[in-house]
Amino acid sequence: MTTTGSEQNKAPGSTGGQMGLNAHNNIRQPLWLLAELTYACPLQCPYCSNPMDFANIKSELTTEEWINVFKQARAMGATQLGLSGGEPLARPDIIELIQEARNLGFYTNLITSGVGLDASKAQAFKDAGLDHIQVSFQSSSEDLNNLIAGTDAFQHKIEMAKAVKAAGYPMVLCFVTHRQNIDQIDEILDLAISLDADYVELATTQYYGWAMHNRDQLLPMKEQLVRAEAIAHRYQEEQKGNMKIYYVVPDYYEERPKACMNGWGNVFLTVTPDGTALPCHAARELPGMELPNVRDLSIKEIWNDSNDFNRFRGYDWMPEPCRSCDEKEKDFGGCRCQAFMLTGDPAKTDPVCSKSPDHHLVLEAIERGREEAAKPAQEAKPLVFRNPKNSKEICGL
Amino acid sequence: MTERKFNADSTPVLALGYRFQWEPAQDCHVLLYPEGMVKLNGPAAEILKRISEKKQTVGELIAELKAAFNGADLDDDVYQFLEEAHDNDWIRAE
Repeated sequence: MTTTGSEQNKAPGSTGGQMGLNAHNNIRQPLWLLAELTYACPLQCPYCSNPMDFANIKSELTTEEWINVFKQARAMGATQLGLSGGEPLARPDIIELIQEARNLGFYTNLITSGVGLDASKAQAFKDAGLDHIQVSFQSSSEDLNNLIAGTDAFQHKIEMAKAVKAAGYPMVLCFVTHRQNIDQIDEILDLAISLDADYVELATTQYYGWAMHNRDQLLPMKEQLVRAEAIAHRYQEEQKGNMKIYYVVPDYYEERPKACMNGWGNVFLTVTPDGTALPCHAARELPGMELPNVRDLSIKEIWNDSNDFNRFRGYDWMPEPCRSCDEKEKDFGGCRCQAFMLTGDPAKTDPVCSKSPDHHLVLEAIERGREEAAKPAQEAKPLVFRNPKNSKEICGL
Repeated sequence: MTERKFNADSTPVLALGYRFQWEPAQDCHVLLYPEGMVKLNGPAAEILKRISEKKQTVGELIAELKAAFNGADLDDDVYQFLEEAHDNDWIRAE
């Protein structure tokens, strides 16, 4: 009996098939199902990646329809289920959905702001078989100051983070960083330490949806990142063995694009509150999408045969410089939504790549952010908060 | 390998948040954890299955495996796997 495989560079006892964000899936199964259960949310974060017109999307899938989606995706090999939103706790059937998903064999991840959570609910989720909870902290600088000062408004969140841990889960905290809070990264990490967190994700704002609309106010400056990175690395060293800290550089400051969704239509499947199936949660905003719906088609038909899922699959769609690039199997040409938002064409190379002829657009966005940051507060563009009123106004609904 | 984490009296348990299960679509046993999955080969699955099912010492685990596999001499392989699985954060010692 041997316990380690013969190939090198793979985990002991594994068959070489690690499904992580860095692995490529040869068979192409929807291994990851992101269920955006609802667009309802008690918060109004200006860096939300939900679509700007979310207020127009009304008809949420029923409990039975969601369970049917879970069953189909599970049968196709999906193992990871993200329960997200909006705020997934706004769904009154959340416990039933967790229970059904867990019974089907999903690894169930709840991605929540913690608003609407209490100790007894955390225990009820545990009893229903929920595997994992990630609590995200909304840390605009003002909020963050309150948080650090320990005011009542954030006492609840801290209580919730503790309740999650008391229910037997690792405490996983997610802070979305941007220009207005990234200078407080040491306070954020001190707070995480005081809460005895197990994992802290310092997630950089992704510029989609509302965040894109507010980009000039949110994009951090280079010197802020240099400082934040140094601090994050120092804490990583100090906390080794106690708390794991994930720090990601915003891709606007990278030379190569991210391997978005690990390749289009490769492992990720998003289903939105109204049943629209998407290759990524931001893809609804791309032009020319047919937006197949799980109410009309099976997940199998959508995944295998729909134009949307085949549109940027593999390498044939790629323009230069991607087509002849020896890194295309690493980053898949980057992000289609970012290419569209910056260039107007979703089939172009992600402008984050320094080889892209459109790379100057990223540099210009950084410069615009810097100009905005230099303005006196009264002249700066106000942040637009994600709420139904703004959604309707901006989208002319 | 640096210092050994397991001896005959230590009890290996799955790390918090890890789950072991049979995965029909992959036709193998897997370990599931937040945002990831590891496909396991047969021997690894035999060990992790026993770890996930009941708490027992490494000595007891090895005895059980020997009984199941015709008394095969597998001590070293089991220890090696446990150390590597620990380094990957899949299991911890109690």
